[in-house]
Amino acid sequence: MKEKMGSKRKRMKRRKFLKYSGVGIGLMLGATWLGRNPLRRAVFDLGETMLPPYVGNTSPLVWLQVSQKNEIILHSSKVEMGQGTFTSLAQLAAEELEIGFDKIKVVHAASISGNVDGFSTGGSTSIATLWNPMREMAATMREMLKAKAAEKLGIDIADLSVTKDCKISSGTKEISFGEIVEGVADWYIPETPVLKDASKFQYIGKPLARVDLNDKVFGAPIFGMDASYPDMLYASVLRSQLVDAKMSNFDFSEAENMPGVVKIVSENGFVGVVAKSQIEAEAARQKIKFDYKVNKDWSLADVEKAITVGNGTKTVFQKVGKAIDEKDKKSELVRMEFRSPIGAHAQIEPSGAVANYKDGKVEIKISTQVVNITRKEVAKALGISKEDVNIIPTFLGGGFGRRLHTPNAIEAAIMSRAVGKPVKSFFSRKQEFQNDTFRPPSHHVMQARLSDKGEILALEHSIAGGDTAFNSALVPFSIVKPIIRADIGSIRGGAINYDGIPNHRGTYYHVDLPFATSFWRSLGLLSNAFAIESFMDELAIKTKQDPIQMRLNYIKDENPYHARLKKVISTCAEKAGYTDEVVNGRAMGFAATIDAGTPCAQVVEVSIVDNEIKVHKVTAVMDCGLAVNPDQVKAQVEGCICMGISAAMFEKMDLRDNMLHPTIYGPYEMALMRDSPKEIDVHLIQGVDVPMPVGEPPLGPIGAAIGNAVRRLTGRRLVEMPLSLG
Amino acid sequence: MKVFFKINGLDQSVEIQDGNTPLLWIIRDMLNLKGTKFGCGKAACGACTIHVDGEAVRSCSYSIKSIDGKEVTTIEGLGTEENPHPVQQAWIEHVVPQCGYCQPGFMMATAALLKKIPNPTDEDINDNIVNVCRCATYYRMRKAIHRAAEINSIPSNLKVQK
Ligand code: FES
Ligand code: FES
Repeated sequence: MKEKMGSKRKRMKRRKFLKYSGVGIGLMLGATWLGRNPLRRAVFDLGETMLPPYVGNTSPLVWLQVSQKNEIILHSSKVEMGQGTFTSLAQLAAEELEIGFDKIKVVHAASISGNVDGFSTGGSTSIATLWNPMREMAATMREMLKAKAAEKLGIDIADLSVTKDCKISSGTKEISFGEIVEGVADWYIPETPVLKDASKFQYIGKPLARVDLNDKVFGAPIFGMDASYPDMLYASVLRSQLVDAKMSNFDFSEAENMPGVVKIVSENGFVGVVAKSQIEAEAARQKIKFDYKVNKDWSLADVEKAITVGNGTKTVFQKVGKAIDEKDKKSELVRMEFRSPIGAHAQIEPSGAVANYKDGKVEIKISTQVVNITRKEVAKALGISKEDVNIIPTFLGGGFGRRLHTPNAIEAAIMSRAVGKPVKSFFSRKQEFQNDTFRPPSHHVMQARLSDKGEILALEHSIAGGDTAFNSALVPFSIVKPIIRADIGSIRGGAINYDGIPNHRGTYYHVDLPFATSFWRSLGLLSNAFAIESFMDELAIKTKQDPIQMRLNYIKDENPYHARLKKVISTCAEKAGYTDEVVNGRAMGFAATIDAGTPCAQVVEVSIVDNEIKVHKVTAVMDCGLAVNPDQVKAQVEGCICMGISAAMFEKMDLRDNMLHPTIYGPYEMALMRDSPKEIDVHLIQGVDVPMPVGEPPLGPIGAAIGNAVRRLTGRRLVEMPLSLG
Repeated sequence: MKVFFKINGLDQSVEIQDGNTPLLWIIRDMLNLKGTKFGCGKAACGACTIHVDGEAVRSCSYSIKSIDGKEVTTIEGLGTEENPHPVQQAWIEHVVPQCGYCQPGFMMATAALLKKIPNPTDEDINDNIVNVCRCATYYRMRKAIHRAAEINSIPSNLKVQK
């Protein structure tokens, strides 16, 4: 350590810092130098952990800034959609800067700042991938400030330390960060300092309050839908109400004469009405006349028929031992089928954007999970350069994968250009339900071979589903299809973790659907786990085994992820006091999953009231490694559980005469307050000492766990979501 | 037509052509109070919940003309950082919001519930708090609602302001 410190000074490099236009004093910590190093290191570290790779931007990144109030502004390339990333990033930065947690203000980095995430905010990977880079940037900045303070104060750097209120002090003399950066244009960037040992953490691992709490409790205008510009107009875009149909022969004559209408824009393959108010824009849009040309008639039955194992492009994604031979009569074959419905995102803030086009440049305020893709797509559509598009991300009124597609940004930008004024364009709720990028429905076939002693000799999971990752801007089908073939989103959570079963495999059938489907929080996990974990439960009942012990018996210890899964399973059973018995009309159900390297197990307590399933309590155990903010990790587990109950027990879209519906909350049934468990008991295990994904893994077990409880209570095996006793 | 009302304690008048215009758009786009949210426009999600004469209403489906002479409160008028409403204080204590978008509507609905039923049971909460939260923060909301009732029951002269 000593040696390192000594040699450090010599290796310091002279660098010019990027100036941040407009705000604050100009100390910005550029991260290009890190991009090559720790960022990529993080990518490789994570390559080992089943996480999708982090695509770091190699253009200059700008993260930290000293503000005029002598605080640190953290420009986050990751967006905040409720998952708590802003808070955890502030904790990481404060830890290494050694300043007060309350001295860090986190903002969304506008794309023009250069700090643009190359991929997305999604996949629950923000903190896991930024764990080292964020701390290293903060530590480096601290050393830079200290070095400059030493120079300005004429005191040896060894005698200086950082104070909580953003000063550097020798005990007798001190200088504020603001004073340090004043007038400094060039900075020495030292080698990355050694990071703090976990035993010294002051903020990491603490349940600190969310940094955005006050804004969200007092109603601050922080969302995309709250964004505005002076002299702004409002727009409503015409969208098809029918699937697999084309609109043509537009007649605008009535719409044009509606009150408040400024212009009807028909460009780039869409039609939008720009008007003086939201209401007027929508009213006029409804007066546009046009014809539908239906390509093919579709009903839900047609979709279900298409989504059936055996149809579509087949890919084996997991293969250990031999495949089950259905004709083999030597051992018993058990087979069950499961289905999951079309799911809507139903995030409360609709999709939309506010665009301000001026002199060949456009600025867009928007709730997006893909800042870089939004920027690229807008630039392409407008025929301008990426640098002339500034995406200013806002807080998201829910993400859940809905905002991984942002054609609404293009529409707003084109309409703004067409009318020469800022334009705000949002989906109506009906459009949000009809033109969503849905969670694709799925069909699952589970098969097992049992020996006469009740051992599981083989276990197979076959899935049929539509696009999840395929055809998204993140994973263009044309590039990925030949390489991976199986839709990496649809198969998420679909592999068999019971590696003690000598023969096991996973097979995926990709089916094309007539409507857009894509990422929905946890992707295939909820339905895949529903099939696998319901079936495991059924096998335990059939072979008269304890469902917990049986699972443990079939998971080997060699794979560290599986070892962590085992620990999670046994801890959860213990914490919940799991029993197969029905006690006072309540039964327990168990299920466990591992998603993106994070194992999670849940025990639910269920009763039947008036032929309806009621979830009273959920005990959840999760090993997400180091929980940077345990309170917010728990909040994510609670949220996943309640959202999972909603998806597993209530939600489904129907398709009749080419029309998707319902198109409003209520008829699109969701779990509300009355349906959410009164008790949620979350326990976190730290099986590894780095943060692992949090925001989706807890969605895995819930559907199966409820089904398993109902099975024990009623003897009925529910094989279709939404779960219902009918 | 011209509509006169009070909003967050201040007198306000609005000149509007169509008296049936939903109050939500007046509040958000004319008065620039963005804390009241649009979620559905059809009285189905509760994101736009405000108080009219102390009662919770869904402003997306409440016409501007029907508030003539009435008193409107939005989240901006419920409490402030310096002087939070008990509901807001409870929300902070339990760190309820995730994405936060639905939260003003829930807090307004809760504040109105506590006026009617100062100490609601779980059943009262189930029956009266029927807004939609997609982040599904219901578990913490329930705890926060009980906590708000508790804060409310402390006589105001003993209350320590945060
Ligand atoms: S916006 Fe008013 S209830 Fe949904
Ligand atoms: S906190 Fe996100 S919708 Fe409720």
